[in-house]
Amino acid sequence: MVPEHIRKELSDHCAHYDSRRVGLIWVLQQLQEYYGGWLNDDAVREAADIVGVTEADAEGVATFYNWFFREPVGENVIVVCDSISCHLCGCDKITAHLEKRLGIKMGETTADKKYTLLPVVCLGNCDKSPCLMIGDELYDNVTPESLDKTLDEISSKPKAAAK
Amino acid sequence: MTTQKVLFKNIDTFKGVTPCSYEQYVKGGGYEGAKAAFKKTPHEVQQVIKDSNLRGRGGAGFPTGLKWSFVPMDNFKGQKYLICNCDEMEPGTFKDRALVYGDPHQLIEGMLIAAYALQMTKGFIFIRYEYKKGARILEEACAEAKKHGFLGKKLLGTDFEFELDVHLSAGRYICGEETALINSLEGKRANPRSKPPFPQIKGFLGQPTIVNNVETFCNMPHILAHGADWFKGLGLNGNAGTKIMGASGRVKNPGLWELPLGVPMRDILEKHAQGPSRGKAFKAVIPGGLSTPMMTPEQFDTPMDFDSIAKAGSRLGTAGLIVFDEGDCMVDSTANIMKFYARESCGFCTPCREGIPWILDIVRAIGAGNGEKDDMSILDDMSKHIMHTFCAFAPGAQGPFLSAITTFRSEFEAFIKSREAAAAGVN
Repeated sequence: MVPEHIRKELSDHCAHYDSRRVGLIWVLQQLQEYYGGWLNDDAVREAADIVGVTEADAEGVATFYNWFFREPVGENVIVVCDSISCHLCGCDKITAHLEKRLGIKMGETTADKKYTLLPVVCLGNCDKSPCLMIGDELYDNVTPESLDKTLDEISSKPKAAAK
Repeated sequence: MTTQKVLFKNIDTFKGVTPCSYEQYVKGGGYEGAKAAFKKTPHEVQQVIKDSNLRGRGGAGFPTGLKWSFVPMDNFKGQKYLICNCDEMEPGTFKDRALVYGDPHQLIEGMLIAAYALQMTKGFIFIRYEYKKGARILEEACAEAKKHGFLGKKLLGTDFEFELDVHLSAGRYICGEETALINSLEGKRANPRSKPPFPQIKGFLGQPTIVNNVETFCNMPHILAHGADWFKGLGLNGNAGTKIMGASGRVKNPGLWELPLGVPMRDILEKHAQGPSRGKAFKAVIPGGLSTPMMTPEQFDTPMDFDSIAKAGSRLGTAGLIVFDEGDCMVDSTANIMKFYARESCGFCTPCREGIPWILDIVRAIGAGNGEKDDMSILDDMSKHIMHTFCAFAPGAQGPFLSAITTFRSEFEAFIKSREAAAAGVN
């Protein structure tokens, strides 16, 4: 359970809308961040309780959208665009390079919980294909070399303090 | 031909997009459109938009003034909502990113004008999760607009108030569909709704709602500041306004350009995108984001406007060209295209949820050398079957798919025949 003051903040935010339910996605986003990047069953129940919808409703929403994770993900979620422009510009090579370097397949998380690798639809950056995102950062005109450099930098950073 | 920069006045996508500040925006004539609007009655502002012949820039090209005309006005006392669709996820489309990241106040001013014209006191900008930084840019710009009296209460010396919220989505392509977007904003699964009732009558929380695209809103400050006739003069062959056109894929210089609506496709491909990227001739173009039928080189002189592209058998859509060259295998490309639709189907309608993955399986099998003799006729049937759905998603998938299996049929057949030949022991 989140501390009372956070719970109040989330609840108050829902009251700002003409229907509390409008706040559900935002509340799930906040809880996902609070619980280390994914929503466990308790978090979904908590969201339902805060917003005032049924657990089934909250679960339906939490399992619909691709930026809600219902199982643990790594510290850095890497999403690789595999839509048509990036496909033409060689995203398959980028994916193959990532899978080799990280030792995982698309949809998996590294054993050290550092990276999760996922495909994503068009990132709206097609003039700079191929592109991908690591966390909130967008990387464009990606090559295996530029990717190695980026991942070296991220890997050398100490793990962010857990909440 | 020199093009007047209107929407991209403060944006240079080739130099890297940084948000235009409030001060810069105002210095370049920003918020003058809103001031002009507030000197008119809401009905008069609606009339200006109608007279300007502005057509929706999200893909469908529906006349904005006509879309607005269904919103109940004078005798309606309840809450009405204005929503900006910034759920840009159509593959090959990247214009709204530039508009939001480059000039957030232009969008806010456009929404303010629309809100006043339609007397909608609450608004949302629905922005896709991957544009999280754009959402922060918009939130900061909204705070600034509020500080300067362009959002909030008692706006521009009137009693009109407009409250604008930025909603960061949680992903999924289907959210870009107008009614799915409304469900998503209500905190539900983003399944499309049955129409009628149309959102103008019964939309967000059951109240009258207008959903317009980012680029549509961005045109409004300029139309109000300079007039409907000026706007009509910006396009070619009777088309109104400029359009942000893009090119990606096999071109030397991919990018975004603001061009008159009605510019020939060839101008974009050869002049702006500077021709093929690897010395191979162009083979096909998907003209308006993925969900539009493919066009071939003999059609490259078609003007890039809604009616001309429709006459040529495709759709202008978002005017984001996706370019293929002679080195691209159309079976492989079709598999990639159908993978996108199979993954993003919301799953509500059976023909879409089951039909598209089936098509994908067959196309993949053909590409892997496991095609069967009857596969093409099954694909023909399936292309019709997936049209029986609730929303425009599966028909959107049919656009590039049907054109690929029609125009490039011989490529599919060659894969199937080579398998048959191999089975018969023929080289």
